[in-house]
This record gives sequence, structure tokens and C-alpha cells, in this order.
Amino acid sequence: MEYLGTIVMIAVSTALINNFVLHYFVGICPFIGVSRRVDMAFGMGCAVTFVMTVAAALSWAFTFFLLQPGAPVTAWVWHAINPGAAETVDLSVLNYIVYIFVIASSVQLVEMYVRKFFPKLYRSFGVFLPLITTNCAILFACLEIMKHISGVTEGVHAWGLDKALIFALFGGLGFTLAIVIMAGIREELDYCDVPVSLKGPGITLIIAGILALAFMGFAGVDAGLRKGLSPKPEAVSQVVKETAWPRG
Amino acid sequence: MAKEMPTALERFLNGILPENPVYRQLLGLCPTLAVTSGVASAMTMAGATAFVLICSNVMTSLIRGFLKPHLRILIYTLTIATFVTIADRFLAAYMWSMSKQLGPYVPLIIVNCVIVCRCEVCSSKQPVFVAASDALGQSLGFGLALLSIASVREVLATGAWAGLRVLPDTWPNCGAMGLPPGAFITMGLLLGLVNWVSARRKTLKSSAGSAK
Repeated sequence: MEYLGTIVMIAVSTALINNFVLHYFVGICPFIGVSRRVDMAFGMGCAVTFVMTVAAALSWAFTFFLLQPGAPVTAWVWHAINPGAAETVDLSVLNYIVYIFVIASSVQLVEMYVRKFFPKLYRSFGVFLPLITTNCAILFACLEIMKHISGVTEGVHAWGLDKALIFALFGGLGFTLAIVIMAGIREELDYCDVPVSLKGPGITLIIAGILALAFMGFAGVDAGLRKGLSPKPEAVSQVVKETAWPRG
Repeated sequence: MAKEMPTALERFLNGILPENPVYRQLLGLCPTLAVTSGVASAMTMAGATAFVLICSNVMTSLIRGFLKPHLRILIYTLTIATFVTIADRFLAAYMWSMSKQLGPYVPLIIVNCVIVCRCEVCSSKQPVFVAASDALGQSLGFGLALLSIASVREVLATGAWAGLRVLPDTWPNCGAMGLPPGAFITMGLLLGLVNWVSARRKTLKSSAGSAK
């Protein structure tokens, strides 16, 4: 059950506590730009989640097998070329270029898929779908996964594909959550009397600040969850309920 | 066609206020919000962004004749990624603690919309000199915007500006200003302030013009 605990911890901490938008400030451009209507925001969130998961799986594979210091495939090729070489190859300088390639091709894939099977959704997205390529949230997810593969000193704590996928999936869900909440607030905001100079992005940023303040309230949840998950995993739901307000 | 294009000086001046990347075009908000908890980190970030922006603008301007239209975004991104790798390695080699503090936001320059936008708008259409001055103006505007936000946040959060004490010791530090909510709220209020000032200046100018 140790494994389940780790997975739940990663999921909760990426989706709520360290929400991509409200804690790490990545993916702000769609957060401000596409959050006018709830249905658009939800579609955007789903597209981002999907692209993020695909890109995370691909970039995990590239990092693990090719790019990290002493990666298996690279080492095998290197020893095949010059046998008896003692040192290994480190291709991690190529990380960023490879990630951008991976993300751009995943976005192309999703674009083709959506155009073929959901033409109505495709038309409503318009220019925003290709713009996912330059969504910082996806590159950020790839970089975090890279850090958890090649940044750790011992291989013991390195993330496998499962953890990378959970991270990306729940990061995307957290993004969707934030952008849908924002869109809901902005739909109501249309009936409000906002000062002229704050209209549009200004008030959106201020609301995002208050939302971030609200999400900071999740900060203690992980300690309670960890405590509840490690000794008695069968009492999960009850413990979560009790420790939702830590050190009250 | 070439006559309608802005000249180098216009491009340079445009970047500083009329088309300021942060306050007017709302581009590149992610690093703007993330690194402005202190003036020092904001300036390092602005420097790295300026390096990447100028280099990639010059580069795209040099190769603009060879670009196939449907491949251009990919080529821009790869050019930017190359220069970002250079900047990241440089920071890791010479400013290790700052590089640690900036964390993933240096590689995230690759997807900074400002740079792709400038490649698309200016340097893929105009010669090298204009592209370079445009990049210079834009990065100056970006740096000034970052400096303004970082100043407000750092002074309110710690009572110090770039590590120097400016407020009296009795100042109750507003820690929240250094945290995410402070970033969003400061940015929103400063955006409102800039809009308000420019709207006021416009009405003053028009009323002066009608009086004449």
C-alpha cells in the first residue's frame, strides 16, 4: 500500500496544493485568454490535459532511454561504436530541443484527431489549439519529470512511467479545474460594474490572486494525507475528512 | 510594402511603452509573475530573456528568405530552444545559486510568447538591423515591466529593495506579497494603473487639441 500512498500523494499535490496555474504560474496565457466561457474553458482544459499526458509519456521515454546521463540506449550505441570506452555519454544538453519537438508533434497529433472526429469542437477552438504548443504548462510538466529522472542522485527515487503519467494527468486536471472556476466567475462578472481601467485582464488577474489565496488553504492537506495513508491505508477517507484543516 | 513597415527607431520606441510586451500585449505573463518576488531574480530573468530575444530575432531575420511558411513556427521554436540552452548553461556555470532559484523558468523562456510573437511580427519580415532594434526595445520594455512589479512586491514583502533596506524596521512584512496571490494581485493592480494613466493622458491630449 506504500505504492498507492505515493500515487495519491503525487496526484493530490499536483492537482490541488501545487496547482500549475495558481502556484507555479504556468499556462497563464490560456488562463487569461480562454476563460471567458465555461464550455470553451472546459474544452481547452481537456485538450491541455490530453496533450500533457501524451507529451509526458513520450518525454519520459526519451529522457529515460536516450537523454539522461548513462541512458541505456545511448550507452549501448556508444559502446557499439567505440568498444572498450570507459566513460558514458550525457545527452542532457539536448533536453529542451527534444521536449519542444515532442510537444509540437503531440499537438499536431491531437489537432489531426480532433479535426477528423470532432469537427465542431475543432472550429470552436480556432487558433487556440496550435497555441497549446507554446503553453508553458506542458513544457513545465516535461521539465519536472526530467528533474525526477535525471536530477536524483540515486536511482531509487527516480520516477517510473506510472508516476510521470499520474503527474501529467493530474496536473492537467488541476489546470482544467482552475480555468473552469475562473470562467465561471468571469461569466458572472459580465453583470458587474468593474472600473474601466481594470476591465478584462486586470480584474481577471486580481480574481486569480484571490483564487490562489484560496488554493493556498490546501497547503496542509498533504501532511494529513501522508499521516493517514502510511500506517492504516484502509481508513483513508475518514482520515482525510478529519485532517482537512490541519493544526486548527 | 516596405514603406508601410515601421523603421528601426519606431520599433525600438514601440517596445518600451506603446507596445510594452507585459502591460499592453499581455505576453509572457508566466515568467513575469513567477520570478518577480525579488528584484535580483527579476533582472536576471530579464537579462536571459533579452539575450534569447535578440539572438533569435537576428537569427530569424537572417534566415527569413529560406523559411517555408508552414514550417516557420517550428524553426522559430528550435532557434529559441538553442539559445535558451546556451543561456541556461551559462547561468548554471557562472551564477549557480541564481540558476537554482529561477528553477524551471529559464527553460520556460522557450515557450515565452513574447519571443515567438516578435519573430512572427517583425524579424521574419524585416532586415537584421530593424529586427535587432525591435528586440532591444521589446526586451527593455519587458525588463522595465519586470522591474516595476518586482519592486512593489519585494518592498512590500520584505521592506528591502534588491537586498537594501528601504523601509523602517517596524514595517510589518506582508509575506503574502512574495507568494503567488501577491503576484497576481500586484500585476492586476499595476495593469489597471497603466491603463488608467494612459487613458487619462489620452483625454488630456484630446482636450488640449480641441482647445487649440
